[in-house]
Amino acid sequence: MEGSPRILPAGDQAILIEFGLEINPAINRLVQAFARNADQHRIPGIGELIPSYCTLLIYYDPFLLSFSQVEQWARSLFGSNLLEAKISPEVKEIPVVYGGLYGPDIEFVARHNQITAEEVVQLHTRETYLVYVVGFSPGFAAMGTVPSKIRTPRLQTPRIKVPAGSVGIGGIQTGIYAVESPGGWQLIGRTPLTLFDLKRNPPAYFQAGDYARFYPISEEEFEKRRIQESEVIIKNHCKMFN
Amino acid sequence: MRAFEVLNPGVFTTIQDLGRPGYMKYGIPASGIADRFSGQVANLLVGNPPGAALLEVTLFRLELLALNDLVIAVTGGNLSPTVNRDPLPMWQALPIQKGDRVAFRARKKGFRAYLTVQGGFSGQEFLGSRSVFVRGLMGTPLQAGNILEFEDPEGKSIPQGNFPQEMIPSFSILNPLRVILGPQEERFSPKGIETFLTSEYRVSSQSDRMGYRLEGLAIEHLQGADIISEPISRGAIQVPGDGLPIILLWDAQVSGGYVKIANVITADLDRLAQIMPGQSLRFQSATLEEAHLAWRMEILRFERIKRAIEGHG
Repeated sequence: MEGSPRILPAGDQAILIEFGLEINPAINRLVQAFARNADQHRIPGIGELIPSYCTLLIYYDPFLLSFSQVEQWARSLFGSNLLEAKISPEVKEIPVVYGGLYGPDIEFVARHNQITAEEVVQLHTRETYLVYVVGFSPGFAAMGTVPSKIRTPRLQTPRIKVPAGSVGIGGIQTGIYAVESPGGWQLIGRTPLTLFDLKRNPPAYFQAGDYARFYPISEEEFEKRRIQESEVIIKNHCKMFN
Repeated sequence: MRAFEVLNPGVFTTIQDLGRPGYMKYGIPASGIADRFSGQVANLLVGNPPGAALLEVTLFRLELLALNDLVIAVTGGNLSPTVNRDPLPMWQALPIQKGDRVAFRARKKGFRAYLTVQGGFSGQEFLGSRSVFVRGLMGTPLQAGNILEFEDPEGKSIPQGNFPQEMIPSFSILNPLRVILGPQEERFSPKGIETFLTSEYRVSSQSDRMGYRLEGLAIEHLQGADIISEPISRGAIQVPGDGLPIILLWDAQVSGGYVKIANVITADLDRLAQIMPGQSLRFQSATLEEAHLAWRMEILRFERIKRAIEGHG
């Protein structure tokens, strides 16, 4: 597969590049690197670039470019030294209060893997995760891969409302819901950080290609951080009207 | 300045402009006017830039009270608009007075109408656009009692020309929607592709600006309906396990994990926007060249109309 990704039309204004067919950090880094490279070598008519696990969608303006011109442009970029493109070294540290009302599924995850809730926390905070994709809902960050001892299938019936900041496990991935939305991941905790804020640009805290690490905090600490975060939001909001 | 008070918000009315492209990589769809042709023509008729913020009116019952003397235009589907109970002439600029009532009474043709005001609606911008995107917490549909503000047109005159009435779209549902097959058409059996291209699908009542769910014959997969989630382009037709297609539209999620059999061509999206739940549609396969030619014709048609309205026709 590597060396010759497939390029397919996705309608009449976008192409889809398939770099592989699995969720795997190496393939995802390739997608990220290619997207950065393509962004730096845009030609007129190239629009949004939307990376995912192993695919990249590129919008184009058919008034300026034909499919084969876009394809040719993309192919010319495969040759360049992709993997030498800069990889964001920043690791974002995410405070999380685990269990209880904040992570109602932590006991299920523990039982499913025949370990204790404390061990779930230990294992979840042990790894540094690559953010594969942002955007199942606004700002949602899907990352992986979680240690095998905490992998858990999604809920049979998704919840109608998952609170913003919820940290979940979905199969081999972990992820954070940035805004309140429906969702089927097993919730193990919640972060007080505001991960989606329309007053910020970009509005999403995470970008695909970021790295993240979680650390446990207490309930008191969570509530304190939440208040601080809301003060910042209110302050930004007031700035807009002054 | 105050344009209208909302007396009745109607079934679903939102402020829309040309949307917010550029944020899909953060999970935010572009949103924006569903029937772009009708919406942009409404703006041109009152001398606004084509992408000024306007009201997208769905079906009926919207009722507005003018709080100022205004110049408005209504285009799109015919939802029997009235001013003070008299029929409101569509597809032209129309001065109305403070105290006038504008209402949308019954659907005759199409599904969405566009109401614009000279100067354009103001209202809050989110990430550079006033398009309401409810799931992303960017605004809400109109509610009774809302006051809609607009930008003072400052004595600007309305354009001299006219909209050529023979160019009013027919909103006919007889012609099939053209699609480009793929990107996963190989995940369907030949019989599945044939079902998709030859049978009739009814737009389900569970359809909205995110997508149109279709009811009809199930489309046969070859090896299941799941793929690793990938980005979704506007107009993509995904087919989940039950075999019933869903067309993903303006406010759709940016990423999805079901196989996609085809994608509606851009030139046919405006027409799709005017098909309402309960109506039926068909698909027809097109080549990329045909799709690009159709899009080019759309752009040229719009330019011609723009010149006619501006009076250089």
